[in-house]
Amino acid sequence: MTLNSMTSRQRTTILASACLAISLTASILMLRGTDQLRPQATLEDSLYVNSPSVIKRASLGFDGLMACIYWTRTVQYFGGQHSQRGGTYNELAPLLEITTALDPHMIPPYQFGASFLAPAPPNGAGQPARAISLMEYGIAHNPDNWQLYYNLGFVYYTELKDYKDASRIFAQGSEVPNAHPFMKILAARMAQHAGDLSTARMLWSATFETSHDKDIQMNALEHLRGIKVDEDVIALQAAVTRFGERTGHLPASMTELAVAEQLQGLPVDPDNDPYLLTLDGRIEIPHPEDFPFATKGLPAGYKPVPPRFHSKS
Amino acid sequence: MNARIVHIAANTFREAVRDRVLYNLIAFALLISGAAIFVGQISIDIERLVVINLGLTAVSLFGVVIAIFIGIGLVSKEIEKRTLYTVLSRPVRRWEFIVGKFFGLAGTLVVNTFFMAIGVFGALLYVAHKFSAPDALILIALYFIILEFLIICSLALLFSSFSSPLLSAVFAFSLFVIGSFANDLRGFAGLTRGVARWVALGAAYLVPNFSALNVISVVAHQQPLGSQLILHNTLYALFYTATALSGAVLIFERRNLK
Repeated sequence: MTLNSMTSRQRTTILASACLAISLTASILMLRGTDQLRPQATLEDSLYVNSPSVIKRASLGFDGLMACIYWTRTVQYFGGQHSQRGGTYNELAPLLEITTALDPHMIPPYQFGASFLAPAPPNGAGQPARAISLMEYGIAHNPDNWQLYYNLGFVYYTELKDYKDASRIFAQGSEVPNAHPFMKILAARMAQHAGDLSTARMLWSATFETSHDKDIQMNALEHLRGIKVDEDVIALQAAVTRFGERTGHLPASMTELAVAEQLQGLPVDPDNDPYLLTLDGRIEIPHPEDFPFATKGLPAGYKPVPPRFHSKS
Repeated sequence: MNARIVHIAANTFREAVRDRVLYNLIAFALLISGAAIFVGQISIDIERLVVINLGLTAVSLFGVVIAIFIGIGLVSKEIEKRTLYTVLSRPVRRWEFIVGKFFGLAGTLVVNTFFMAIGVFGALLYVAHKFSAPDALILIALYFIILEFLIICSLALLFSSFSSPLLSAVFAFSLFVIGSFANDLRGFAGLTRGVARWVALGAAYLVPNFSALNVISVVAHQQPLGSQLILHNTLYALFYTATALSGAVLIFERRNLK
């Protein structure tokens, strides 16, 4: 069928369809172009209203759905900022506060706040006071949820190093019906072994096991990897000291140290890369950027990079 | 029930179906099935919460929109098309016409809600893989939503009995919004004194209290609802609906249709 043999209606249909397809494609391409011109024009520009009470009223009673929408935005915001590795988390606190004001019984935002609101940048928003307020708000509305006490105690322990308050909160949480038995253990450990790496490992393991949130689990895993490295470096450094005391000189290589300590092969980090021994007898991690939470074995003058979650164990 | 009222109600229902009102079910089905499929990927730990919140909010909003847009035209359209004169030339009283229209629209919304409820439970089954006993609370939330529809239907009819469709829509939507703030109005009255207090209190009791009928968040968190609340809300909705319908009848009885 040629264009001339068509009826007027058929011609209009074809032309209009072609026009629709071309215009739609062009508008999508233009929008993609705009996105590339304004890559940062995301949530920080679009969080027009910061007041939880205003948003609650504007939801016309459908605050449950609004809470779900804001929670989804929070997760997307965090994921976006985290993938940039260097972005700030300025909107994380208002987003979490809005979400929990809309639905105070939604638990995951409180757990998210404990993990990412309190830690100092680049690991989090660096707002421990707001994290504590968020947890206290959560406990006030969900007094029977032991996990919220755990999260609050966790913030006191990890960020503020306030072991006394951490112990008090863990003890309060252990009194909640159906509380996990480790709450009592944590409360007791805070009093005597608060600064130990084993206590830190216990806390991060508990966080990993009790959360279903992928970001929280990955964060806990990175901390556990960092703790493992710290423990290894401390042990190896002690071995170097022992070697020096025994022989009067430093080991010439990691192989010599391994033989002297009767180790099964060269000591390796959690990524199976052998630890390094410097000429001045220091133990170092070969790839410190893969262990953002490690505090030992870092090369001299090394500047920590923002954490990057990966599934290496 | 009066046979004439039943007849008018049945015709109103048929007309709504003919007007493709139930096509909204397709949009609802797409929304809820899409949500059920994607919700697991975008939300962590709250899949069930999202499905219940989204499903029941959609049921409520779709119904409110239908109730208002159909309700505001129920009387004015009959006058415009001059079919009202044919109806009233038969042995049909004006109040029977109004009440019949009300039941027809309410019936449409109940049928609509029934199918949407199946969609909500289907989506819930998809994300949770099984039903639990507290899921029965969703039925109470759906019942309250239907009560909300009854009130809105009666208000739309009230406005339709004396006003143009456009103004009726504005009035009905405004009352829906204000009704969602009814508790705030009462709180405002508590903060004021003298005349302002009585005006605010009067307004708080005069506008429909939709916030009392909204228990979506409560059932989403599987929190119990007392039988007293069900009884109070039922009686409140019935009395309020009867008030608005009586107003509509009073106005329509006196309206000069020539």
